[in-house]
Amino acid sequence: MKCDIILAGVGGQGILSIAATIGLAAVEQNLFLKQAEVHGMSQRGGDVQSHLRLSDREIFSDLIPHGGADLIISVEPMEALRYLPWLSEGGWLVTNSVPFVNIPDYPEPEEVIAELGRAGNTIVLDADGIARDLGSARSGNMVILGAASSFISMPFGSLEDAVRKMFGRKGEDIVEVNLKALRAGRDAAAVR
Amino acid sequence: MHKLLLLGDEAIAQAALDAGLSGMYAYPGTPSTEIMEYIQASSQAAADGVHREWSSNEKTAMEAALGMSYAGRRAMVAMKHVGLNVAADAFINSAVTGVNGGLVVVAADDPSMHSSQNEQDSRFYGKFALVPVLEPRNQQEAYDMIFDAFAISEQYRLPVLFRITTRLAHSRSAVAMRKKIPQNMVTLPSNPRQFVLLPAIARKQYRALTSVYEKLRSEPVLDDLNRLSAGKARGTGVITCGIAYNYLMENISGNAGDYHILSVAAYPLNREKVASLAERCDRVLVLEEGYPIIEEHLRGLLDRDVKVLGRMDGTVPRDGELNPAIVAKALGLKAGQGKEVPAVVRQRPPSFCKGCGHADLYSALSEVMAEAGPGRVFSDIGCYTLGALPPYNMVNSCVDMGASVTMAIGATDAGLFPAVAVIGDSTFTHSGMTGLLDAVIKDSPITLVISDNSTTGMTGGQKSQAVDRLESICLGLGVDRDHLKVIVPLKKNHEENKAVIRTELNHRGLSVILARRECIQTASRSKKAEAAEKNKSGN
Repeated sequence: MKCDIILAGVGGQGILSIAATIGLAAVEQNLFLKQAEVHGMSQRGGDVQSHLRLSDREIFSDLIPHGGADLIISVEPMEALRYLPWLSEGGWLVTNSVPFVNIPDYPEPEEVIAELGRAGNTIVLDADGIARDLGSARSGNMVILGAASSFISMPFGSLEDAVRKMFGRKGEDIVEVNLKALRAGRDAAAVR
Repeated sequence: MHKLLLLGDEAIAQAALDAGLSGMYAYPGTPSTEIMEYIQASSQAAADGVHREWSSNEKTAMEAALGMSYAGRRAMVAMKHVGLNVAADAFINSAVTGVNGGLVVVAADDPSMHSSQNEQDSRFYGKFALVPVLEPRNQQEAYDMIFDAFAISEQYRLPVLFRITTRLAHSRSAVAMRKKIPQNMVTLPSNPRQFVLLPAIARKQYRALTSVYEKLRSEPVLDDLNRLSAGKARGTGVITCGIAYNYLMENISGNAGDYHILSVAAYPLNREKVASLAERCDRVLVLEEGYPIIEEHLRGLLDRDVKVLGRMDGTVPRDGELNPAIVAKALGLKAGQGKEVPAVVRQRPPSFCKGCGHADLYSALSEVMAEAGPGRVFSDIGCYTLGALPPYNMVNSCVDMGASVTMAIGATDAGLFPAVAVIGDSTFTHSGMTGLLDAVIKDSPITLVISDNSTTGMTGGQKSQAVDRLESICLGLGVDRDHLKVIVPLKKNHEENKAVIRTELNHRGLSVILARRECIQTASRSKKAEAAEKNKSGN
């Protein structure tokens, strides 16, 4: 088993919470894991990505080879497209549809969505909206993770356990909200 | 075995704690910052009483670490690659003094300049100073080799340079822990003159250093870290340095036997090992993160039996970090390739956070500078360098820590008036204070703006040495009280701030303006922490 995932977003959007959740689950599953993160200057509103590699065998490179990613998970639609050179043939792209506009020349959102339609196996969902409907606007990232969960070669329950661990410190309410978001994401993706 | 999921930086930090560290010294700098952050947050470090305060700059950090080593205890100092330039005076001479307690100097290089001004290769500094250099291949080695580094340091009485690059620093993997070693007791150096580099002593010690350095090449403690694996037949050899090994194996793990591989993790290199690789090869590809240091060694003028491939002949790009695709191409293999990036994707450079005080400062400053004319804003290293980007487009220099102050002095010496220096509070106490003293002494007609967000912002909000001290530092250095102004960069103060800047800009002598508002990132974090604290006590 190997699963190479590119996580994409804008500095400050918290893609590392998704990475950390998958990472926790992978460790429990006794998988090898490498996860390259971006720290420093780009964290100030620039494009950020994380290469997350899971395998049942030793992993060498911290970076995923071009054309080698099984999955792109993005919390921002234009950022999802930036990493297409890494996506393998037959790989999946799961992204939030809500643009994060902090540059003057951000393209028309419809153009971005149209381009996503041409990218291959794509799931585009309004994760922010789904999270808001659940009454927790801040758990959009867990909605996206849920939507991508069927492409991560681990049982869904292991991700749920990881969410419990991740948010356990913050109290049972926060855990429940994030579990709900995770499941809502999974269900939203399944409907398609 | 106990395993933790750690960044390369964190593996180094945890290893140092487990290897009997007594003092950690550093100034924040990407990609090295997390080493000190981890140790500061560590309950193990707290329980063991490990010293772990930020230093004012890399030089003071290096010197404090050397002082701890003098007293017989193990010390580590960490910095980004360009930080080693700042610490270089102390670092180079620490090789001549040698150490007492183990001393490890971690330099985190940033090839591809993700968050830096250059991509200098710290291995050069190792050779320059004549000290052993260790370069781990992965997170587990980053942990294990810190134990080696301290042992080598104490065995050979030398500081050890521990070189990593961004990808290892900021990539996470499972790391197995070892049994903890107790800290050293305080002991003075057996030779009381060891650290006294008067010429007569320095000459003697330097001579000894040069001979130890040559001896190190074949010492098993170093040489065993460099692994030679012979291929099946005569053919291609590959020399990898540090994490380059991973990119090689990513491409050839299925048929590694087709290659002769020398995987380097310690310097100085054993020449015989290189020769024994070369004997079996017609050509040798050298894969190094950073400069072509090994490659340049091998590319002889006289001995041309083996063809050397690498960065110098274009087999590998001359600059930038390595990755699996670059290495595939260098090996003559087909690299994978997904789809092209669609044209709709725009650049998204870093930018000021919403509500940032630097931004409000630049709003006011840019309007005043529009009256003064272009090309007059010297800036420095920090978040506020982003004033170089739209919509402000107003920063004319960003060179090295503190250079805003001194470049403005030189430019006004040349006749450019008015001229402004914009520096952050932490950068000012790092390397701006001495420049300000120069300006005071000749009453340079510069306007120094210290954009004081009361933290070291770009690296994530570490403690700034400048907090609550800027006025007294400036006055102490001799700044005229009448030309030391404090403004609060907020939109509502825009006109008032412009007036202050305009007045000081037109003053034909030195002015200092403290533009003070807390970083909104650290402010919101402390607000959250406060709320959480309140919640707790409320329950």
